[in-house]
Amino acid sequence: MSVLVYIESENSKFKKSSYEALCYGRALADSIGKKVCGVVINCSNTENLNSYGADKIININSSDLVDFSSKKYAHALVEIVKSENSKIIILSSSPNSKYLGAHLSGITDSSFVSNVVKLPESSNPFIVKRTCFTNKAFSLTELTSDLKIISITSNSFGIVEKPNNPENETVEIKGISTNQKILDIEKESGTVTIADAEIVVSGGRGLKGPENWEMIESLAETLGAATACSKPVSDMGWRPHSEHVGQTGKPVASNLYIAIGISGAIQHLAGINSSKVKVVINNDPEAPFFKAADYGVVGDAFEIVPSLIKKLKARQ
Amino acid sequence: MNILVCISNVPDTTSKINFIENDSNFDTNGVQFIINPNDEFGLTKAVWMKESNQANVTALTVGDSSVEATLRKCLAIGADKAIRIDCPAHDAYSVAKEIEAHCKETKYDLIICGRESIDYNGGLVPGLLAGLLDFNFITNCVKLEIKESKATFSREMSGGTEISECELPLVVGSQKGLVEESDLIIPNMRGIMMARQKPLDVVPAQGINPKTRDKKFSKPEAKSEVKLVKADELDKLIDLLENEAKVI
Ligand SMILES: Cc1cc2nc3c(=O)[nH]c(=O)nc-3n(C[C@H](O)[C@H](O)[C@H](O)COP(=O)(O)OP(=O)(O)OC[C@H]3O[C@@H](n4cnc5c(N)ncnc54)[C@H](O)[C@@H]3O)c2cc1C
Repeated sequence: MSVLVYIESENSKFKKSSYEALCYGRALADSIGKKVCGVVINCSNTENLNSYGADKIININSSDLVDFSSKKYAHALVEIVKSENSKIIILSSSPNSKYLGAHLSGITDSSFVSNVVKLPESSNPFIVKRTCFTNKAFSLTELTSDLKIISITSNSFGIVEKPNNPENETVEIKGISTNQKILDIEKESGTVTIADAEIVVSGGRGLKGPENWEMIESLAETLGAATACSKPVSDMGWRPHSEHVGQTGKPVASNLYIAIGISGAIQHLAGINSSKVKVVINNDPEAPFFKAADYGVVGDAFEIVPSLIKKLKARQ
Repeated sequence: MNILVCISNVPDTTSKINFIENDSNFDTNGVQFIINPNDEFGLTKAVWMKESNQANVTALTVGDSSVEATLRKCLAIGADKAIRIDCPAHDAYSVAKEIEAHCKETKYDLIICGRESIDYNGGLVPGLLAGLLDFNFITNCVKLEIKESKATFSREMSGGTEISECELPLVVGSQKGLVEESDLIIPNMRGIMMARQKPLDVVPAQGINPKTRDKKFSKPEAKSEVKLVKADELDKLIDLLENEAKVI
């Protein structure tokens, strides 16, 4: 029996969050004396995974699995669960992995716990710590089904390098079908996505209007960060919905979150609280965000942000 | 066309989160419950489809009698009928299994759930249901159109939008974007009056055992005080981020 880790890739490049899932899988397997097996789909070159401790990497080769499909990918993983006799599957918290995990738990009639932040408290019974109430609390949750699926919150475990020489296996799978098919994918022009970003630069209503986002984008570019915004900013159409973060928007679990002209309403904070370090720039010293932040600057964003960009650029 | 909208009854976003009974249960004392925001976008979409697709809309919740106020609100928003499956919502698995049992008796072409609830945030019920019922499944759905038995939809994905199509039946995980915030239907007096006449059926539960159990809750540790940097000393901020927090 091995611990299975699903490793997500895009154009044959592995996602950072999947490296983290693999490291988590390694540590978990060690704690229960098992092997860890990474599963990739249509990726023949898996050399980049060798640093993260897998005992085995299985590449599922299938012309049926060229496009992501939660149903087809879940059925393919079920084949590997059977052949490896696995009882634990680890996923990252990327949108596709959570999408897949939920579908997989239905197909396999098993339990799935998402937003896990630590190695299991105990392996028998199997109890994990996860966030709930949108980061306002934690729960120690027991999984009781035979097959257990968990997804790990980004940046909660971290990357622990452990070079290994995994055994490589290629599995051909055929005949998985669905009538669900992708017609088109519209890629956003921004290079860093909120889910994958180490740093997120976020703007609120304090920025007065969409025409003032140039400095937010410029700061993000300087830091290699993704851009985000508060809910009213997306509701008013200043920024696309895909940038809305918070309790009813996207969750953020980056290493650094910089909030500019955002007051720090409870619904906003709930969604971004998993970020490690929070910086707030706001001209109102009473803004609630100062209570949630690690570092703060009281002052006018229209002066501070350009000056910060200049200083960051000079330092590079 | 028959549409089922699965509604989660969740604490209002401003609720104080506290626990009782040795931190084993959520303290509902003084907490106001609302329709889960992600579900509400889906419900509004379903109500629109009454006209565009001659749909019948049923709102369903798994829960004890305290969830009925939320179901009445769904009726006031425009659902034709409400169903309460009579048992506490123990975990996503048991909830999905209860709904699955109902869907085996009553056939639905489209099931809409919120992409995730704002209390347990699992994002599980729609995927579980799709897997259990062998329906197609789309989550983070921001656009949906149905013509006869074919659905075309968009999903927000990491770094873009994916547009797909499939045959019904389909399970959808809804979120903002499926309809806009400003499109959410606020019940008017007539809607509230009509809701009183609409059926709210209470159905006995199957008594499914959960597969996950919350053993103990805790709250994050209190944060240390914010470090303030003067607006004209930004070098200091950069230094702190670089050398103290080590994040840039
Ligand atoms: C059910 C529900 C769900 C919600 N979900 C979310 C969610 O997911 N995400 C979310 O973000 N919100 C959410 N909200 C909304 C939330 O309550 C707040 O209204 C919102 O976060 C406020 O956005 P803001 O901070 O951008 O704007 P404001 O609250 O208007 O704050 C603007 C801030 O900018 C500052 N400012 C103004 N001028 C300057 C300047 N020149 N320089 C620096 N600072 C300046 C002001 O001091 C102020 O603090 C939700 C609300 C409800 C009811």
